[in-house]
Amino acid sequence: MAKPASMLAKRADALMNWIDKRLPVAAFWKATMTGYYAPKNFNFWYYMGSLALLVLVMQIVSGIFLTMFYKPSALEAFASVEYIMRDVNWGWLIRYMHSTGASFFFIIIYLHMFRSLLYGSHRKPRELLWIFGMLIYLALMAEAFTGYVLPWGQMSYWGAQVIINLFGAIPSIGEPLTEWIRGDFSISDATLNRFFALHVIAIPLALLALVMLHLVALRETGSNNPDGIEIKANKDANGLPKDGIPFHPYYTVKDIFGVGIFLLLFAFILFFWPEAGGIFLERDNFIPATPLVTPEHIVPVWYFTPYYAILKAVPDKLMGVILMGASVLILFFLPWLDRSPVKSIRYKGTWYKVLLALFTIAFIRLGMLGMAEGTPSQTIEMRVWTFVYFSFFILLFFLSPKGKTKPVPDRVTRR
Amino acid sequence: MPTDGMNKGRRRFLVATTAVVGSVGAGFAAVPFIQSWQPSAKAQSLGAPVQVDINRLEPGQLLKVQWRGQTIGILRRTPESLRLLSEVTPDLRDPQSLESEQPSFAQNETRALKDEYLVVNMHCTHLGCVPQMVPQVGPQPFQENWKGGFFCPCHKSKFDLAGRVYKGVPAPTNLKIPPYGFLDNRTLLIGASQEGVG
Repeated sequence: MAKPASMLAKRADALMNWIDKRLPVAAFWKATMTGYYAPKNFNFWYYMGSLALLVLVMQIVSGIFLTMFYKPSALEAFASVEYIMRDVNWGWLIRYMHSTGASFFFIIIYLHMFRSLLYGSHRKPRELLWIFGMLIYLALMAEAFTGYVLPWGQMSYWGAQVIINLFGAIPSIGEPLTEWIRGDFSISDATLNRFFALHVIAIPLALLALVMLHLVALRETGSNNPDGIEIKANKDANGLPKDGIPFHPYYTVKDIFGVGIFLLLFAFILFFWPEAGGIFLERDNFIPATPLVTPEHIVPVWYFTPYYAILKAVPDKLMGVILMGASVLILFFLPWLDRSPVKSIRYKGTWYKVLLALFTIAFIRLGMLGMAEGTPSQTIEMRVWTFVYFSFFILLFFLSPKGKTKPVPDRVTRR
Repeated sequence: MPTDGMNKGRRRFLVATTAVVGSVGAGFAAVPFIQSWQPSAKAQSLGAPVQVDINRLEPGQLLKVQWRGQTIGILRRTPESLRLLSEVTPDLRDPQSLESEQPSFAQNETRALKDEYLVVNMHCTHLGCVPQMVPQVGPQPFQENWKGGFFCPCHKSKFDLAGRVYKGVPAPTNLKIPPYGFLDNRTLLIGASQEGVG
């Protein structure tokens, strides 16, 4: 250790020493940052994890400030949001930060999940890591849904009506269950009030706990990488992975660069296009909730529309709900559905590239169709893509053990 | 933990009984929290029956009122639309209302106490949107040979002017008929009937 240069540095050292004897700060920093070796071949896709954390922090901070001005009551909610937008100093910025942040959260999470499909990051030994990630995704959906109800616009109201009634499809317990969720015979003040509690306390707490588990599991298994090989299999004389570099400073610096680019993009949308032409914030939600009038065209926000399209594609209520639920839940099983001997798309044959391309197109097309009016030809197209969506998982299960692979290198490659 | 002279059976018994008593206690403690989500006494008292004056309802006119926060439609049907009800029967999923929800007095073709007046819970049985009344007979964007009825903008479910659901749409059953009765010729009571408060 270098000699402390000054009296002040000596004092600081002594203080750190004092703290360390009582709280393992240095050991924690070393275990999770400077002594944690990550593969050296990370690419673009590996920005998403740290960006998701950044957006989580932004959502929590902007959310805390919104609760200082928002009123969770059916009579006052809509007006209080307008009050935030017009009268509260910088209120528009805080509110748009929160609403734009929600959409960006999903953009990042979808890219983060797609990374797993590319490089097999959910495969053994990272199954639990993936499952915690999926639970975070579910919590995020619940958070987004409850949050969208709070402005108490037409889409808030009717979106809640449609989503809560999904539970009504469950035989026999469905009706009483929806009544229990709403706390009334229809969506009302009681519903809004409890959704507020869920949105600002219950779900965020669960979300934070899950994020912590996700990170602890990640530090245990270590990150996967674009080659899908375990860097822990190749260690030098000191027991450090030959293809690893310390997370700090190498990846903290890389991530800060990513944060810079991300914030540029985010700020651009935030300042110039916060509603994204009705995609991030739907136009009907600027009309106060009216129980007597259903908007002509009810659609959820874009990040739910792929699943919504699957619901719409099925001409049977219960089957529609089951298939929609299955389309999300099946993702939990991905680590066991992919049985290929190699993880990364780089060493899988064309079969996987075709499957993944079809799946990606299906997801995007379903998302677009979920937003559309729903003409008969669109319904047929939704059915086709729903079929493709589910076929991906089935074909993956049967093709992956036998599908062509290329030889996997021992060490990570440079591309 | 020291194992000298340990009685494993007794330890297991203590662990098991503590776990069982603890879970039962936690279960009971959860009841008030779960029950707190049920409709409150206030919400239930607001769910009392409502009286509606229908004296000035013209033939073909739809009146929307609220009962328990639900939109209830009162439609005074024209003789023409009553006639068309039997023409659409082959296209309906449940024309006899066998699987649908209604008071027994409304389990008939017009689904009404008095044929002329349709009293219907307007919320689509799919996911609860309020369908629009499209009374015009003739081609519509959603159906060529439309005989008049209700069309749900959310998921394209279709119903006839008795609230009976068409085949091939997401809604599983006919629109619900709430309990109701006539207090006199001009006053309707929604939420209660001879069969009791709904």
